[in-house]
Amino acid sequence: MTLSLLVDNLVTILPLAVLAVWACLLLLVDAFLPRQHKGWIALLAAVGLALAMGIAVARFGFPTEAPFGGMVVVDRFSTFLTVLFLGSGLAGVAVAYDYLKRMEIERGEYYALLLFSICGMMLMGMAADLIVIFLALELLSIPLYILAAMAAHHNESLEAGLKYFLLGAFSGGFLVYGVALVFGATGTTQLFTIVEMVRYGQANLSLLLIGSALIMIGLGFKVGVVPFHMWTPDVYHGAPSPVTAFMSVGAKAGGFAALMRIFVAAFPSLSADMTTVFWVISALTMFLGNVVAIAQSNIKRMLAYSSIAHAGYILMALVPFGQAAVSRVSVASALFYLVAYAFTSFGAWAVVISLEKREGGGLALDDYAGLGRKHPALAAAMTVFMLSFTGVPPTLGFMGKFFLFRSIMEGGFVGLALIGVLTSLISAYFYLRVVVVMYMREGEPEVTSEPWLQLTVFVSAIAVVVLSLFSTPLLDWASRAVLQLF
Amino acid sequence: MDIDLTTLVTFLPLIGVLVLLFMKGEQKNAIRWVALLTSLVTFAVSIVLLVNFIAAGNGAISADIELETKVPWISLGGWQIYYHVGVDGLSILLVLLTTFLVPLCILSTWSAVEDRVKDFMIFFLLLETGMVGVFVALDLFLFYVFWEFTLVPMYFLIGIWGGPRRMYAAIKFFLYTMAGSILMLLAILWLGIQQQTFSVPELIAKGGIPENIQLWLFLAFAAAFAIKVPMWPLHSWLPDAHVEAPTAGSVILAGVLLKMGTYGFLRFNLSLFPEAAVRMAPWIAGLAVVGIIYGAAVSYAQQDVKKLVAYSSVSHLGFVMLGLFALNPQGVQGGILQMINHGLSTGALFLIVGMIYERRHTRDMDAFGGLWKVMPIYGLITLIVTLSSMGLPGLNGFVGEFSILLGAFGSEAIGSPWFAGLAALGVILAAVYMLKMFQKMFLGPVDKEENKVLKDINWREIITLVPLLIFIFWIGLYPKPFFALMAPAVEKLLAGLP
Repeated sequence: MTLSLLVDNLVTILPLAVLAVWACLLLLVDAFLPRQHKGWIALLAAVGLALAMGIAVARFGFPTEAPFGGMVVVDRFSTFLTVLFLGSGLAGVAVAYDYLKRMEIERGEYYALLLFSICGMMLMGMAADLIVIFLALELLSIPLYILAAMAAHHNESLEAGLKYFLLGAFSGGFLVYGVALVFGATGTTQLFTIVEMVRYGQANLSLLLIGSALIMIGLGFKVGVVPFHMWTPDVYHGAPSPVTAFMSVGAKAGGFAALMRIFVAAFPSLSADMTTVFWVISALTMFLGNVVAIAQSNIKRMLAYSSIAHAGYILMALVPFGQAAVSRVSVASALFYLVAYAFTSFGAWAVVISLEKREGGGLALDDYAGLGRKHPALAAAMTVFMLSFTGVPPTLGFMGKFFLFRSIMEGGFVGLALIGVLTSLISAYFYLRVVVVMYMREGEPEVTSEPWLQLTVFVSAIAVVVLSLFSTPLLDWASRAVLQLF
Repeated sequence: MDIDLTTLVTFLPLIGVLVLLFMKGEQKNAIRWVALLTSLVTFAVSIVLLVNFIAAGNGAISADIELETKVPWISLGGWQIYYHVGVDGLSILLVLLTTFLVPLCILSTWSAVEDRVKDFMIFFLLLETGMVGVFVALDLFLFYVFWEFTLVPMYFLIGIWGGPRRMYAAIKFFLYTMAGSILMLLAILWLGIQQQTFSVPELIAKGGIPENIQLWLFLAFAAAFAIKVPMWPLHSWLPDAHVEAPTAGSVILAGVLLKMGTYGFLRFNLSLFPEAAVRMAPWIAGLAVVGIIYGAAVSYAQQDVKKLVAYSSVSHLGFVMLGLFALNPQGVQGGILQMINHGLSTGALFLIVGMIYERRHTRDMDAFGGLWKVMPIYGLITLIVTLSSMGLPGLNGFVGEFSILLGAFGSEAIGSPWFAGLAALGVILAAVYMLKMFQKMFLGPVDKEENKVLKDINWREIITLVPLLIFIFWIGLYPKPFFALMAPAVEKLLAGLP
């Protein structure tokens, strides 16, 4: 590879390149910064994220390119997700800044690791080769294992980190094995070439099917769908809340990015078998996540199960992946849902972080009693998030579900749509319980008011309502962010 | 039209909400006045809306949708969703009922709500926007948004300012209603996919849905509306919600929210799925009759006055449903008028119950007796409203029920006069339970010490009730203008049936 070609390629993936370099620099700066000034790292991290985001937004709509010999694809799909990941990163920094100080776990590495993980996610969105997907997955995950164990003086946090690491490694094994089988079936790991091989009948289809199923399992662990969800509640509960917030949005979106890229673009030929699998997994995930969430009295665990349920909803978009006409719309609806989920999640987690106290205090549902009277704005915002999770208009969550249900009904899966709406009804029960406790019970909640946290809460709340009433631009972006292979 | 009146009526309460947001919670009276003025201005504008609607027909009353606005709102992967509102003979009266009841409700809370007045008024005005929106929306998506949105403020009104079991009642109300509406959501999506539009007039014009599919869609829409009405056997949320809600909440719940269900049947089930509607008419009529008798019987068994009024709603709404599914002009017109009547009479009853509850903090019938002697003005007004609710000739209830029974008796769609015959029994039962209540509370000796010192209702309370009484008499004595408003639209609707 000549130098000029390398430069060209790097320019194509500029946001990723900038962020990776920035993360390395952060580590260096951190080493020389005195302990009491670690706050500067947060600011620097935010600047880096904003810079990368600016570049990514400016490049939205550029013609699709496949640099590095087609190992990665920079299309509107990946650019859309890049913006989403960077946005999640900004929110992840905002909610962590005060929390880390308050919990006395402030370390500059948090921000550097966050940035590395985002690099992994961005690469995940662009990957057009199964090997790159594996690399991206590891780049995404390894920083998260460490972040989950950041509160090292807490056994729960250590347990979360270890559990996440073990299951992550385990699922990585599935993925690699699947990649190997796909390679065996087609003689290549490039998604585009896989399609070609299948088209010309040179692929061993049964081996390909098994390989794709293993890949699905590997990524299924990452996004936390049933029955690969077992780690989720413990890890989400044990990890420091800002990490959980970031994981539940970013890692999930990253996993779905890869799933969509692989199945919609490369494996539509397997839809006869895999559609049923996705159907069942999605239905189980929605059902289990929402039903078990009812039994939770700890808000972090409740949100953990809720995030499992939402993975089920997003997975619905993959069910019609074999129908070319529908999958276009359903990918768009999944992207839109991810945005809705990101805003709602970060908002809700920011509220949780505002109420959290040291040693795991302030996390019980009862600690929210009286919030409606003492902190009306915060409670109102939390209500918006709960309604959005439930899918009640006028919120983004409703628009997301509407779009999702539409795309799968267009694919002819009315039964799954029915399960989707019925489980939403179940979810209304536990989301509303938060509202009930906040407004209809008396109490003295203690809240940390910190500008960055409040900014996250209110920006999210306003976005959830306003973007749902004027959702055309966002819908338009999501609809144009279709997948391309090369 | 320079100003879009329909939109103005819908969103005017939000201006009040904005003002309230910037007020301090302690200025309770100022907050009450802002809310009252907002709702009064909204009412005034809705009168202008009515005048314009009448004028739009050039001499005759228009059968079509008037004062219409249609602007593109959301485009969603190839679908165009419009902000599409307008009024016609089916909806204009309900819009007016809403804007008319809200100021009265706000007036009724003047001394009843002392806690978190600001929040209360904000939720109430939000609710008004939602309710008016439901009645004027002509795009299914927009309709659904308004429909679901009304749940949120009502949920808070019950949950924060309600009675002892308010949390249970609020959640039950929310979940029941949502259970129905999610099925409607799927049906709406199906229509969108098959017909490529959400516009109600366009969907009616397109038609052409096979009958067996119509039946499914009919049932999905009916699930949402039947829970809201509520039709027997889906009514079990209603007594809880009504009893636990604060007075103003009960008035709006009975007066307007239940009408959203019957209106939904009228606007969507009858016109979008005409074949299915004809086929289902006997079944709906059967459930309606069961509701009439059941509601009346359970009302009779109540000791709590508010519960009695709540169950009587099940009975009265049964009449409305019977009228609508008679599918002939008398029945449908009677049904629409009965929606208004029920809003007025039951609204007034809830206000009356609220007034005595504020004084005695009990609603047990046995705790009263001989109130007529202590509170003569209150007694007189209660008598009139009771008689109106029973359907005494000369008052509003009679006109509606008579028209409904007439329609149901000769209805081809229902197919048997027995439905009307059994329903007529409900009129007698209504007299039984309403008079029992009146007798226990107002007649006889004043045998309780606490009742001897009760003050009669004050001017504010009289002002709250008098407007309702005016309409109770007006509709009872001269219902022609009300029928005239809706007749052309009803004719047009029925012409679309097979």
